Amino acid sequence: MGLIVETRNLCKYYNGVKAVDNLNLRINQGEIYGFLGPNGAGKTTTILMLLGLTEPTSGEVRVHGYNSTREPLKVKRLTGYLPENVGFYEDLTARENLRYIARLNGIPDRKSDRLIEQVLEKVGLLEVADWEVRKFSRGMKQRLGIADVLIKDPVFVILDEPTTGIDPEGASQILQLIVKMSKDEGMTVLLSSHLLHQVQRICDRVGIISQGKLVAEGTVDELGMEVIGKGKIMLEARVSRLTPNLLKALRQLEGVSEVDSSGNLLRLRCSRDLRAEVARKVVESGSELLELRGRDYTLEEIYLRYFQGE
Amino acid sequence: MPGLGVVFWKELADYLGSRRFIILFLLICIIGTVSIYTAGQTIAEELARSPSEFIFLKLFTSQGKGLPSFISLLSVLGPLIGIILGFDAVNSEYSRGTISRVLAQPLFRDAFINGKFLAGLMTIAIMLASIILIIFGLGLRMLGFGPAGGELSRIGIFFGISVIYVGFWLSLGILFSVIFRQTTSSALASIAIWMFFSFFLYMLAGLIADQMAPVGPEASAAVWAKHEHIRDLIMRISPTTLFGEATSAVLVPSFRGLGLVALLSESQIPTNPLSLGQSLLIVWPQMVSMIALTAICFAISYLIFMRQEIRS
Repeated sequence: MGLIVETRNLCKYYNGVKAVDNLNLRINQGEIYGFLGPNGAGKTTTILMLLGLTEPTSGEVRVHGYNSTREPLKVKRLTGYLPENVGFYEDLTARENLRYIARLNGIPDRKSDRLIEQVLEKVGLLEVADWEVRKFSRGMKQRLGIADVLIKDPVFVILDEPTTGIDPEGASQILQLIVKMSKDEGMTVLLSSHLLHQVQRICDRVGIISQGKLVAEGTVDELGMEVIGKGKIMLEARVSRLTPNLLKALRQLEGVSEVDSSGNLLRLRCSRDLRAEVARKVVESGSELLELRGRDYTLEEIYLRYFQGE
Repeated sequence: MPGLGVVFWKELADYLGSRRFIILFLLICIIGTVSIYTAGQTIAEELARSPSEFIFLKLFTSQGKGLPSFISLLSVLGPLIGIILGFDAVNSEYSRGTISRVLAQPLFRDAFINGKFLAGLMTIAIMLASIILIIFGLGLRMLGFGPAGGELSRIGIFFGISVIYVGFWLSLGILFSVIFRQTTSSALASIAIWMFFSFFLYMLAGLIADQMAPVGPEASAAVWAKHEHIRDLIMRISPTTLFGEATSAVLVPSFRGLGLVALLSESQIPTNPLSLGQSLLIVWPQMVSMIALTAICFAISYLIFMRQEIRS
């Protein structure tokens, strides 16, 4: 798996204020990468530097091996960008808007005719291809934005808040589209969003940026173990009857560092996955095991943990 | 330059199909036609009494009954056309959120603003060329003959000067559209500059000239000459003045020069028409100044735009 995005000690100052501070970002090919952080953390600035639309103060950005600052045209040819609050020429139809972008990418009209139909079909807007964009709803515009990104057949796609302000159904359609283009066409996706449950649903890895620094990076499970479990696995067990003997037996299990109980619910902190052993102890104690699961981490918990102190 | 042609054709199509273009075009056609028509009537009457040379050119320069001449109309309407075409060229792209999408495509940033400027210039050229053709037709019908060869080349030069003149106001509009994020601010700023150049500069120039060379009832000719010279010098900051001078010299072949000396000598020298080369020599500085003003405006907007942050 090759690296699609690589930044090395990337810095950007605005009037002495650090917007991006020594950022080292790596995104692998075919990955959906969630890029998270509060407003003003430097996400959009980073994205603009990836595209060569803003020059870094220091450091280096490479997209698909090209330096974004020195060879922006090559990077932009391979990269699709859906900006936050995407806009279109309202007097033109969806088809005309896409044709303009196709022409800017040097795609001849005879080729783009078919291409436009294809991408509009993918996002479900083929029937309204000849409507003026002013008649489009917010969700339709956002889907047209995805079509607009796809028209140049990019290897890497940057989506900045693609689902904000859209109803749940529309948002879910867009998420499905993103997953589809990643899986079917092997596209690498950088997804910036505040809607954490959506990010958790579709992203392979996430990176959390705070005040221009990358403070955490990894899969949601890795981050959860690191941040909330402090490197341990959390197990939850529900039993029919909790006896002191059972508690004692569990505490004596090798690898268990902590056992909490509330009512019939047990919480265990273990250094490895001890589900089988725990189940056996519960049954041996004469109680019934109603439920046993590894604790799921939500991205929301992890995210809030990072920004709680602020 | 990749993308320049694409931006140019898209912007040109936008301009030519836009409501504002159609309204402007109708406006200038109606006003132009009426002005030429009344001028034509006056000329036809004169012609019946005493035939003279360069009659066709008089259609552009002479006043009709109660209506200003076509060139003075153009010197007032020209700025309006340029400003209306340019004032929201760049900031509307920000407010619509289209700029980041377009600039994320493989084109250089300058292709975007150059394409817009060239498309605006082309729109102006198309507009002016059509109105001049309408005048040709109208003149042919009213006077019974078309422009002679010498007149044609003068009209061609007049066309060039007009495009540059309106192009200046276009580049001013674009400059403000780059500086201000609100389209209303850029429209107001452009109109403020237009009013300053068209009306207030005249008063200001008079005031400054009075201060530097006070003229009373007993002032000598030298003081008067200095007074006028200072006034003219200040007035020539304004592209409207430059346009007026340049077009008069090109369209009135007997036009000797500008300023007091030429005015005084006109009464002594017989007013034979000058050759085209001679007329051009008189207006050369005016033309160069107008081109320079346009280039400066555009260069500033270009520089600002190239450094601007592309966030909507």
